[in-house]
Amino acid sequence: MSGKTLLEVEDLRINFPTRIGQVQAVRGVSFSLGRERLGIVGESGSGKSQTGRAIMGLTPPQAEVTAKTLAFDGIDLLAAPPRERRALRGKRIAMILQDPKYSLDPVMSIGRQIVETLRTHERVSKAEARDRALAMLEAVQIRDPARVFDLHPHEVSGGMGQRAMIAMMLIAGPEMMIADEPTSALDVTVQLDVLGILDRLVSERGMGLIFISHDLRLVSSFCDRVIVMYAGKVVEQLKASELRDAQHPYTRGLLNCMPRIGFERHPLPVLDRKPEWAA
Amino acid sequence: MSVAENQATAERGGTRAVAVLSSIGRFLVIAVTTYLGLLAVTFFIGRVIPIDPVLAVLGDRAPANVVERTRREMGLDLPLIEQFYIYVKNALNGDFGTSVLTTNPVMTDIRRAFPATIELATLGTLIGSVIGVPLGVLAAVRRGSLIDQIVRIIGLIGYSVPIFWLGLLGLVLFYAKLQWVAFPARLDVVYEYTFTPITGFYLLDAAMQGQWDVFYDAFRHIILPASLLGYFSLAYISRMTRSFMLNELSQEYIVAARAKGLSERRIVWAHALRNAAVPMVTVIALSYAGLLEGSVLTETVFSWPGIGLYITNSLQNADMNAVLGGTIVIGSVFIAINLFSDLLYRVLDPRTKVE
Repeated sequence: MSGKTLLEVEDLRINFPTRIGQVQAVRGVSFSLGRERLGIVGESGSGKSQTGRAIMGLTPPQAEVTAKTLAFDGIDLLAAPPRERRALRGKRIAMILQDPKYSLDPVMSIGRQIVETLRTHERVSKAEARDRALAMLEAVQIRDPARVFDLHPHEVSGGMGQRAMIAMMLIAGPEMMIADEPTSALDVTVQLDVLGILDRLVSERGMGLIFISHDLRLVSSFCDRVIVMYAGKVVEQLKASELRDAQHPYTRGLLNCMPRIGFERHPLPVLDRKPEWAA
Repeated sequence: MSVAENQATAERGGTRAVAVLSSIGRFLVIAVTTYLGLLAVTFFIGRVIPIDPVLAVLGDRAPANVVERTRREMGLDLPLIEQFYIYVKNALNGDFGTSVLTTNPVMTDIRRAFPATIELATLGTLIGSVIGVPLGVLAAVRRGSLIDQIVRIIGLIGYSVPIFWLGLLGLVLFYAKLQWVAFPARLDVVYEYTFTPITGFYLLDAAMQGQWDVFYDAFRHIILPASLLGYFSLAYISRMTRSFMLNELSQEYIVAARAKGLSERRIVWAHALRNAAVPMVTVIALSYAGLLEGSVLTETVFSWPGIGLYITNSLQNADMNAVLGGTIVIGSVFIAINLFSDLLYRVLDPRTKVE
């Protein structure tokens, strides 16, 4: 971990009351984040996305979020009033969602959506906001920012849309970023471009990054540390470079599923889920 | 700018203009086809119904040679296709024949009756949208709350209570008991000789002529039936707004808007409602078109001399020219409103922009 701690999570629990009883999406997750890249991997329903949303304060209203500690830069997030949490969102903690096709407002131009973030958090003139949005679009390597500024989300490709999303979320200069499967909806060729841009901006600005993904290989090559979640719990926490030496059978099982060039993988091994992992 | 660039810009402008023109052309083709279809249907109805137009004009005691002559004069001996051609030609000139009942040209009657209906329907739709849309938004945002329940009950009553019953109830309460509104008619009898309508929309005419006492009187007459129609479109519009809003509020871009730190108010009104506005256009336009057909029951209860009442009276008197003429006019308005809402759709939703 480098530098001071940005985010402290201890014993985070998220419950959804339903008609058939409580559904425990997250059951006692603890970790801390400095100005580093932390990967959270796990399969669908493991609670990784809900963990990210709980940090943002974006869990659905019926969810019950509890934690011993959930603090960002010393601010107790669970005790903070809604107004203060809202001021944090976008300004100090930002989030990138999975698919730009759905996460950008279809009837608002890309430029206006970026300007909107900025003007929510800073008092800047329209002209200055536009200039900074254009500069931000350039920073995410969009070649013709002035043209893209006026386009609507449906007029750009997925990769371009995700860059616009990154621009929209980074323009107010957040210190921490939660990227929830930011490349899963993109073409493989574009994934690396977008990751590269994200990587560069995060390290240039010295931000903390939580990278949520189901792609173990991607996470291990991109992050400093990796948390493996299963059924709402952290089953293993380790340095990305030491992933090969993972101890937990679930992590090992996931690693075994990865194809390697030159080796036959038939039949693909099936995860042998043991009830005690979820205990 | 170099010559080449100039040329490129001009060419782009040219293709743009062609695209816009072709889409307008497509619009016109659709409108004309639909209109011809409408004419064909009304023509066909006029020929198959068991009402003899000659009999309707002459009565059943006319001698055979007179009947035969009248039949020829009315062009009923011509081949069907030629009759249709004449029918279309006349209809395009606004000539729907003469009303047997009023002995006026049908178009003259419609010109008098339709503005009354348009005025009522417009005011009703305005009331329904201005109140119904915010109510629907609130119900969606505070789902399950008291306001949501209230909107549900308003909707339920609007769907299930017959309009004439509510109308009579309103008359008993607001006219007979409280005397807040005027009796069923468009204007007090006193004004019938001092006031000359120009457009036929009394509120507008009175305001244009600066006759504010007439305006006030017309308002006192229209407000109850308009509120009633407004209530029924409100019930529908608020329910639809609620469901469109719930759909938009569950989209990912709303999560993204929250992640940007936007206020709830901005998320609801600037993002969710702006998106929900696209399908709402169709809902409001259709509800408006429905009211323009003339709500016969409302017009009857409130003695409102509108198109619904006119067509119903004509129908009861086998006055086919009037019925078909009225149908064509209403159908044309329906087509126009649909095209207009299509156009608005294109303005509101950038995804449907002309490429």
